[in-house]
Amino acid sequence: MNAGERDRQVPPAAQGHWLSRPGTIRRLWVAFAVVLALTVVAEAFVHMHPRFRVEGWFGFHAGFGFLACIGMVLFAKGLGFFLKRPDDHYPGTSEPPAGEESGRD
Amino acid sequence: MIELSFPPAVILILAALLIAVARPSIRPVIVLLAPLLTLWAIWRLPDGVLLTTQFLGYPIELVEAGRLQRLFATVFAIMAFAGGLFGLRQARWTELSAGYAYAAGAVGVSFAGDLITMFMFWEFMAIFSAVVVWCGGTDAARRAGVRYALMHLIGGVVLKIGIEGIMVHTGSIDVRPLDLDTVDAWVVLVGVLINAAAPPVSAWLSDAYPEASPFGGVFLSAFTTKTAVLALILLFPGAEILVWIGLYMIFYGIIYALLENDMRRILAYSIVNQVGFMVCGVGIGTELAINGAAAHAFAHIIYKALLFMSAGAVLYQTGRRKCTDLGGLYQSMPITTVCGIVGALAISAFPLTSGFVTKSLISEGAAQQGLVVVWYLLTAASAGVFLHAGIKFPWFVFFHKDSGLRPADPPWNMRAAMLLFAAACIVLGCFPGLLYPLLPYAVDYAPYTGPHVISQLQLLLFAGLAFFVMLPAMERTRTITLDLDWFYRVLAIRVANGVLAAWQQLGHLLRQLWGRSGASLAERLQGWFRPHGPLAQTWPTGSMTLWVTVILVLLVVMAQRTSP
Repeated sequence: MNAGERDRQVPPAAQGHWLSRPGTIRRLWVAFAVVLALTVVAEAFVHMHPRFRVEGWFGFHAGFGFLACIGMVLFAKGLGFFLKRPDDHYPGTSEPPAGEESGRD
Repeated sequence: MIELSFPPAVILILAALLIAVARPSIRPVIVLLAPLLTLWAIWRLPDGVLLTTQFLGYPIELVEAGRLQRLFATVFAIMAFAGGLFGLRQARWTELSAGYAYAAGAVGVSFAGDLITMFMFWEFMAIFSAVVVWCGGTDAARRAGVRYALMHLIGGVVLKIGIEGIMVHTGSIDVRPLDLDTVDAWVVLVGVLINAAAPPVSAWLSDAYPEASPFGGVFLSAFTTKTAVLALILLFPGAEILVWIGLYMIFYGIIYALLENDMRRILAYSIVNQVGFMVCGVGIGTELAINGAAAHAFAHIIYKALLFMSAGAVLYQTGRRKCTDLGGLYQSMPITTVCGIVGALAISAFPLTSGFVTKSLISEGAAQQGLVVVWYLLTAASAGVFLHAGIKFPWFVFFHKDSGLRPADPPWNMRAAMLLFAAACIVLGCFPGLLYPLLPYAVDYAPYTGPHVISQLQLLLFAGLAFFVMLPAMERTRTITLDLDWFYRVLAIRVANGVLAAWQQLGHLLRQLWGRSGASLAERLQGWFRPHGPLAQTWPTGSMTLWVTVILVLLVVMAQRTSP
C-alpha cells in the first residue's frame, strides 16, 4: 500500500524564530493578499496590448495562472494515484532511512 | 590553419589531468585558474573555421567559432569555475577531475565544426559524466551510473549511425541545418534528443543526477542537456516536431516534480521542464525564438546550478535529501536559503531575475508566429514552473514544518559559489543588455514593459496563491512516481527472466523426452554423426521417397496459400 496519502502535518512552532510565529504568518498573508490585489488593479492603469482575444480579458493572467496551477496539481494528484510507489520500490535505490535518526521530530 | 589556434577544450582537459597528479596544495589553483584561462581562450577566437585537419579522409573542423558557439562555451566555462569553487575543498579530486573533463567535452562540442568532432566530444562527455555520477559513492549511485552510462552509450551509437548515414549519403560532415527528409537526419535527431532527456527516455535524468554527490550534481545539471540544445539549434532549427516534444517535456517536468519528494529529483525534473522551453524555442525557429532558446540556456545553467548548489549545501550539511526529512532550515542556513530563493525566483522568471529576460523571448517568439495554442500552453507552464520549482523546492526544504535540524551554512567556498551565481541571476535580470548582445541574432525586444511586468507578476503570484490553497493536497509522502524507465528497469528484466525460465523448462522437458538426461548437446551431436550413427547410416530408398513426397506436399500447400 502507499505510505498514507497524508501522514502528518507538524504545526509550525508557536514560538522561536519570528518568521514562524502565528502573528507574523497572518501579517504575511495580509501583505500577500494586498500585493495580489495590486497586481490586478494595476492592469487598469497600464495600457495592455494583448496578442490574442482571451488574453485581453481583465485579470486574465491572474485567473489563468491560478486555474492552470490548480489543474496541474489535480492532474498530478490523479496521476500519482496510479503511479506512486514507496520510495524503496526499486532495489538499491533507497538510502538508509532517515527515520532511524529522527528521534527529535 | 591559423597559428596559435587550439581548441579551448584542451585547457580543461589538461586541467583535469593536472588535478589528478598535482599536490593537494596546488590543486585549488588549477581548479580556479583553468576555467578562467578557458574563458580567455574562448574570447580570443575570431569567427569562422579556425583549426582543420584530416581524419579518415574527412576534413575535420576542430574549432569553428561563431556567436552561438561562443555563448554556450562561455557559460560552460563559467559553470566549470563555479562548480570547481563549490567543490574546491570538499569534493574528491577524482570528482573535480572528472567534472572538468566533462566540462571540456561540453566546450569541445560547442566549437565542433563537423559532426565527427561533435561526436567525439559528445562521447567524451558521456564517459566523464558517468564517472561523476559514480563519484556519488553509494550503491544507488553505482547502479544509477550504470543505467546512465548505458543510456548515453546507446544514444551515442544512435547518433553515430545517423552521422555515418549523412557522411555516406551526402559526403559532407559539416555541422549545418539538416532537413528532416532523410532517415539519417531523423536518426541524428533521435541521438541528440536522447541527451536532451526528451520523451520517452526523460527518466534517465531524474534517475542519475540526484544520486551524484552534492558537488557532482552541480556539474551534471549544466552540460549534457544544454549541449543537446546547442546541437538542436545548429542542426534542426525550426523543426516543428520540436515544439511538441518541448511542450511534452515542459509538462512532464512539472507534473513529476509536483509528485516528487527528493529535493534534488524535484530539481532534476525541472531541468527537463526548462530544457523543454528551449527545445520548444528551437522548434519555433524564428530568430527571436532561437535567441530565446540560447539565452534561456545561458540563464538556466546559472540558476539551475545555483539551485543544485543550495540543495547540495543542505545535503552536505544534513545528509538528508527528502522533503519529508527537511524543513525549517531557514533559521540556521540563511545564506543557503536566500541563494536558493534567488535561484527559485530566477527559474520562475520573476521580474529582475535572469529567467524573466530570457524565457519571455521564447513565448514572444510563439506569439509573433501566431502559435496561439503553444503560447497559452507556455504561459500555463510558466505558472507551473513557479509552482513546482519556484515555491515547492524552497518551501519544503527551508520552510514548511520544523524538522528540528539546525545545520549551519556550508563552508566559505560553497557559500562563495552560491553568492556568485545568485548575483549573476540578479545582474542578468536587471541588465539584460549584458546578455542580449551575445545572442546569435540581433535583439529587438524590451522585456521591461508595463504590460509584461504586470502580466508576469499576476501569473506568478496567483500561481503562488494556488500553491498555498492546494497545500494540503501537496503534502509530501515517502514515495516515488513510476516513469517510463519502469519498462527497462522492471518489465524487461521480468520478461528476460521469464524467457530464461521457459528456456530452462524446455531444456528440462526435452531432456526427459530424450531419456538420457546426462548427455550434453555435444555428446548427442557426436552420437548422431559418429560412424554407424543415425545420420551416417544408409537409408532405404523408400524412406527417401517418402520424405521427398512430404516436402513436395508441403511446398504445394504453401504455394497455394501464398498465391492470390
